Amino acid sequence: MFAYIARRILYVIPIALGVTVIIFGLVHIAPGDPLNAVVPPDAPKETVQILIEAYGFDKPIPVQYAIWLGRALSGDFGISFATGRPVAEAIAGGVVNTLILAAGAILIGMTLGCLIGAIAGYYQGSWIDKLATGFAIAGVSVPHYWLGLVLVIIFSVEMNVLPAMGMGPGGAKDWAWDQAHMRHLILPVITLSVIPIGIITRSVRATVAEILTMEFVQTLEAKGLKSFRIFLHVCANAAPTVLAVSGLQIGYLLGGSILVETVFSWPGTGFLLNDAIFRRDIPLLQGVILVLAMFFVVMNLLVDILQSLIDPRMARS
Amino acid sequence: MADTTPVAAGLAEAAIDDTQVAAKSRSYWTTVWQSLLRDPVTLVFAGILITILMSTIFADVLAPADPFKTNMVKRLKPIGTPGFLLGADELGRDMLSRLLHGGRLSLVMGISPVALALVIGGMLGLTAGFLGGKTNMAIMRTIDVFYAFPSVLLAIAISGALGAGIVNAIISLTIVFIPPIARVTESVTTQIRNLDYVEAARASGANAFTIIRAHVLSNVAGPVFIYSTSLISVSIILASGLSFLGLGTEPPKPEWGLMLNTLRQSIYVSPWVAALPGAMIFLTSLSFNMLSDGLRTAMDIRL
Repeated sequence: MFAYIARRILYVIPIALGVTVIIFGLVHIAPGDPLNAVVPPDAPKETVQILIEAYGFDKPIPVQYAIWLGRALSGDFGISFATGRPVAEAIAGGVVNTLILAAGAILIGMTLGCLIGAIAGYYQGSWIDKLATGFAIAGVSVPHYWLGLVLVIIFSVEMNVLPAMGMGPGGAKDWAWDQAHMRHLILPVITLSVIPIGIITRSVRATVAEILTMEFVQTLEAKGLKSFRIFLHVCANAAPTVLAVSGLQIGYLLGGSILVETVFSWPGTGFLLNDAIFRRDIPLLQGVILVLAMFFVVMNLLVDILQSLIDPRMARS
Repeated sequence: MADTTPVAAGLAEAAIDDTQVAAKSRSYWTTVWQSLLRDPVTLVFAGILITILMSTIFADVLAPADPFKTNMVKRLKPIGTPGFLLGADELGRDMLSRLLHGGRLSLVMGISPVALALVIGGMLGLTAGFLGGKTNMAIMRTIDVFYAFPSVLLAIAISGALGAGIVNAIISLTIVFIPPIARVTESVTTQIRNLDYVEAARASGANAFTIIRAHVLSNVAGPVFIYSTSLISVSIILASGLSFLGLGTEPPKPEWGLMLNTLRQSIYVSPWVAALPGAMIFLTSLSFNMLSDGLRTAMDIRL
C-alpha cells in the first residue's frame, strides 16, 4: 500500500514539471513582444532595455524557465504587466472566492448526483430512471454560461428576488457568512452544480446497476435481507467510484468556473483570467493557470490515494 | 484436410475467414440500423440535428433579412415583433437571420477541432498502441501532462495566449481534444494488438503497415469514432464559450456564443431575446450527445 502511494506521488513530479513547461511556453506562443502590453510604442530605448532586463527577457529561454520555475516554487509569480503589483497577491484573493463557489457546487452535485444516480440505478428501466438519465444528459449538454444567464433572467430580471451580479452587496470583494452574501451565492452555485450533478448521476447510476448484477447481491437476497439493507450494501460498494468522480469534478469546477464567474461578475480566478486575457497580462495569466492546474493535479493524486485506502484492490492493479 | 499442405490449409482458412468477416460485417450494420430504427428518441434528435445543419447551410435562402443590416429604431424588439419573428438584437438586426447564419461558425468551430483531433490524436494513439515500448511511453506520458489541465482551462489558456480569432480558437480546442482521443485509441489499439488474429497476421509475414490498415484500423475506428462524436457536444459548448469570453469570433460576425455575450448587456431590456443564442447552443449540443449515445448503444460499443 505504502509502495503504491509513494509511487503515485513520485509519478506526479514529472507531470507537474510538464505542466510548468506548458504554462511557461504560453509566453512564447503569444504573438508579438510580450512587453508591448506595458511599453508604449514611443518609449525610449533605455527604458525598454531596463524593462527587458527586469523581466529577464534578455536571457536564453531555458535560463528564463529555470528562474521562473524557481520563483514560482517559492510563491512568487512575478509582477503583473497591467497593475505592476505582485501576481501572487491577486491570485490569493481570487482562489478563495472561486473555492467558495466550487465548494457549494460540489456539495450540491454530490448530494443530488448520488441520490438521483443511486435511485435510477436501483430501479433501472423505470420511469424514474428514464427521467434521471434524461436530466443527466441535459446537465452535461447545457452550456453553463447560458444556464446562468437564464437563471438571472428568471430570478433577477423577471421575478426580482435574487441578485444578478457580484459576491456581496455594493460590489463587495470580500466574503462574509451573512444573509446578504449568501443570497449572491445562490444563482452561481446552482449554475455551477449542474454539470457535476449530471456527471455524478451518470456514473453512480452505471456503478449501482453494475453492482446489482454481482453475485453477492443474490447472496444477500437469498439470506432474506430487506431491499433497503441490500441497497445500503450496494451503496457502500459504489463509494470508491463516486469518490473518484466527485474528486475530479472539484478540479474541473475550479477550472470551469471562469465562464460562470464572467456571467455573475464573481471576483474569483475566472475574473482574473478574463482580466489577464484582455490586458494581455501574461504573468497574471500564467500565475492563475499554474495555480488552478496544480490544484487539479493534487486533487487527482488525493483521489487516487483515498481510493486505494478505501479499496486496496486499486493499488494492486 | 489432413492431406493438404500447410500453405493450402492456410489459404483455405483465410478464405473461410474472409467470407465469415464479410457476412458478419453485413449483418452487423443491418443490426445497427435496425436497432437505431427502434430507438425513437435517437431518431428525434437526429432529425433535430439534421434540421439545424440544413438551416445553417441554407441560411442565405432561409433567412428573412440581412444578418448584418442594423436598424436603430428596431433595437431590442421582443420576440414576435412583426417583421422580426424572433425579435431584434442590440443593433436592431433580425435575430432569426442572425441565429441561422450564426450556426455556421458555431458548428464549424465546434466540429472541426474534434475532426482535427481525431486525425492527430488517432495517429498518436495508434502509433503508441501498436509500437508499444518506449514510443508508447514517450507519447502517452506527454499526453498525461495535457491531461493535468481541466479542458476549459487548457482551452482558455492557449486561446488567451494566442489571442482572439476563429483559427486560434480552433487550434486551442484541437489541442484540448487530442489527449482524450489519443488515450482511447491507444487503449483500444493495445487490446487489439495482443489478439490472436493480429499475431497470426504477423506470423504470416504481413508488414506493420498492412497489419495496421487491414486488421487494427478497422477495429479501432468504430469505438474511437463514437467516442469522438461524444466530444462534439463539449466542443460546441467550449467553442461558443471562447467566443462568449471574446476569444473566438469577432463582431459583427454572427456566432451563437458571441451573440450571447453582446446581448448579455441588454437582459434588463429584452431578456428572452438574449437567451435565444444559448438555447441554440444547448439544443445542438444536446442533440449531438443523444445521437452519440444512441449510436453507441446501437453499435454495442463499450469504452
